[in-house]
Amino acid sequence: MTDLLSKLLALFLEQDTANLIAPILLAIIQGSVLVGFVALSAVFFIWLERKVAGRIQDRLGPTRVGGKFGWLQTIADGVKLLVKEDLIPADADHMLFRLGPYIAFCASFLAFLALPFGNGVVALDMNIAVFYMLAVMSAEIFGIILAGYGSGSKWSLFGGMREAAQMVSYEVPMAICVLVPVIVAGSMRLTTIANQQAGLLCNWYVFHDPFTFAAFWVYFTCATASCKRAPFDLAEAESELVAGFHTEYSGLRWSFFFMAEYASMFAVSGIAILLFCGGWNNGFFPFLPGQDLTDYLGPIAGNVINAFVFIVKCWLLVFVMMWVRWTLPRLRIDQVMETCLKYLLPISCALLLGVSLWQVAMPDIVLDYLKYLAALACVGLVLAVVFKMVARRAPLPFAGVTPLWKK
Amino acid sequence: MPLMFAESELPETGLTPYLILGALLFVCGVVCMATKRNAIGVLMGVELVLNGANVNFVAFAAFNPAFQLEGQIFSLFVIVLAAAEAAVALAIVLNFYNNHMTVDVDTAEELKG
Amino acid sequence: MTLPDLQALLFYAVAVLTGLCAIGVVVTQNIVRSAAWLLFTLGGVAGIFFFLGADFVGATQLIVYVGGTLVLVVFGVMLTAQGPFISLRTGAAEWAMSLVVGLLLFGVLAVTVAHKETWASGRAPAEKQKPMVIAEDPDSSPNSVLIGHGFLGQPIGPNKTAYLLPFEIVSVHLLVVLIGAAYLARAKRRRGAAANAADVR
Repeated sequence: MTDLLSKLLALFLEQDTANLIAPILLAIIQGSVLVGFVALSAVFFIWLERKVAGRIQDRLGPTRVGGKFGWLQTIADGVKLLVKEDLIPADADHMLFRLGPYIAFCASFLAFLALPFGNGVVALDMNIAVFYMLAVMSAEIFGIILAGYGSGSKWSLFGGMREAAQMVSYEVPMAICVLVPVIVAGSMRLTTIANQQAGLLCNWYVFHDPFTFAAFWVYFTCATASCKRAPFDLAEAESELVAGFHTEYSGLRWSFFFMAEYASMFAVSGIAILLFCGGWNNGFFPFLPGQDLTDYLGPIAGNVINAFVFIVKCWLLVFVMMWVRWTLPRLRIDQVMETCLKYLLPISCALLLGVSLWQVAMPDIVLDYLKYLAALACVGLVLAVVFKMVARRAPLPFAGVTPLWKK
Repeated sequence: MPLMFAESELPETGLTPYLILGALLFVCGVVCMATKRNAIGVLMGVELVLNGANVNFVAFAAFNPAFQLEGQIFSLFVIVLAAAEAAVALAIVLNFYNNHMTVDVDTAEELKG
Repeated sequence: MTLPDLQALLFYAVAVLTGLCAIGVVVTQNIVRSAAWLLFTLGGVAGIFFFLGADFVGATQLIVYVGGTLVLVVFGVMLTAQGPFISLRTGAAEWAMSLVVGLLLFGVLAVTVAHKETWASGRAPAEKQKPMVIAEDPDSSPNSVLIGHGFLGQPIGPNKTAYLLPFEIVSVHLLVVLIGAAYLARAKRRRGAAANAADVR
């Protein structure tokens, strides 16, 4: 990529100047593409969240701005946030108050550097990509603690402390669950792990053995908690703490927290997809391991489709997080800690031990055929649920009554 | 890809700047330990000192092929032990705060001979 | 025109920023601001590790120091703060003394480092030994694979050293610390609760 760019630049500049500028330019391009992607997906997610919330709470959600579905609602919100007065409370520690949102956003943005969107479509193809992503995202807590402390408000301080306790605890089972597919794959590089899952659905690591299957769910629970999404959103519990750590924030600074939250939701979903659900492989074509669409459609078309598949899968997981948020009630803080330390942590340790033993002791024949069975069972289960939903649709309680908005 | 080097592509700066950075971190840590009266500030000084040592370890590991892995492994141990040390130190500070209602290290003088 | 080495420039930028942040930790009176400066220092050191090709150590630095230790430190600050923003002042005389001592120490160290030819010789010699690669997996970082094998007790590196015993000792040490810290932090409160219960009775 750098070579290509430097050759391109050499058309206009001297060769060695081009060689110097090319890596800088490449870094700037990659950075801007990623920032643009993070910002745009945040815009989309905020709209989606409102629509999902509306649907689940039996109302419409945004309908006015930008047509029937309120497509432009987030843009309108953004404009509103931009023109809002930027308040800093008199009691706040100004430096920390300003620093907080930027640290939170930078931390979750940095994770995207190592997140592959396709085979080789990654800003920095690190050898320890998944470890790096976990490490960088763990720094996001710090922005939140600084914001909570620097606001000089009780609610913010409580929110920050809860956040610190919660995230430090949930990181442990999350990291252990990440280790489970890493042990199976034998690598921490995300592109390698995803490439190993090429081919049919049954090659996905979630179907590899019972332990990876359980680890996926445990990981997803921990990831939800580490993104401080409901039912674990104790740091901003609005019924107890006004708005938690961002009580005192307004305008653009506040929206940085929001972007950080949606960015890290996408990042943890991306890790889950890459580790457990085949990454950019769509699971329909019986490729050999290491092959994907780029081998058939050429690098450009193949990578575009791969990236599209990957992003859609991540959106699905993010959608599940939203679904959970608007369905389940919030836990109490002691219940949150208990869930982590008494249940998730022992479970994840057992999974780690189990998968190690499985890898060592299980005969190959079981390894080869179990995944087909598991994949078949899962697909069958999903189909059965869908069929039941379609076939026996119970009449709605108010069926036949004209809705208010159609009168 | 930029920023990640293969083993042969170390920056041309040589070892000295790394060692000077390590020395700076070490001295900052020592001064921090000496001047801060808050016990937790002293703890931060310790972290700085350990980080200075770590920079030296990893720099030596990168520039001296004979200790390629030793340096990295030592720094891993240092990081892990620093975390353990911070946990115990904070527990002690909390206990001290419970007994004295302050974290000023100058008030911890009951055992003065 | 000699072109500047991009990697060297980046290194100098990161190193200078790291040093400035480290000075910020010392100079700042407010303890939480110190912690914020310490955050940037640790992040900068992790960046230096990445520069040196020690990516595994860099990521460990981030996850353990920034995500764990520093959060713990700020947690401690919050639990022991009396006012909204605590700052314990240091006297001017103490400042002057420590500044002099610190500058002297730094001078001695820097001069030693710069004058030792065998250290300052810079790049590794040409007849650099290739490390013994155990796993023939081209995708895994040679560093992390070798470190992992070393911790599992296989002799690694040019010196053929294994690290199983230190690794086990550190693990046991961590367990002891976990229990000890929990006990230390809990002891007082439990006694208070027992006393309260006795009073009620």
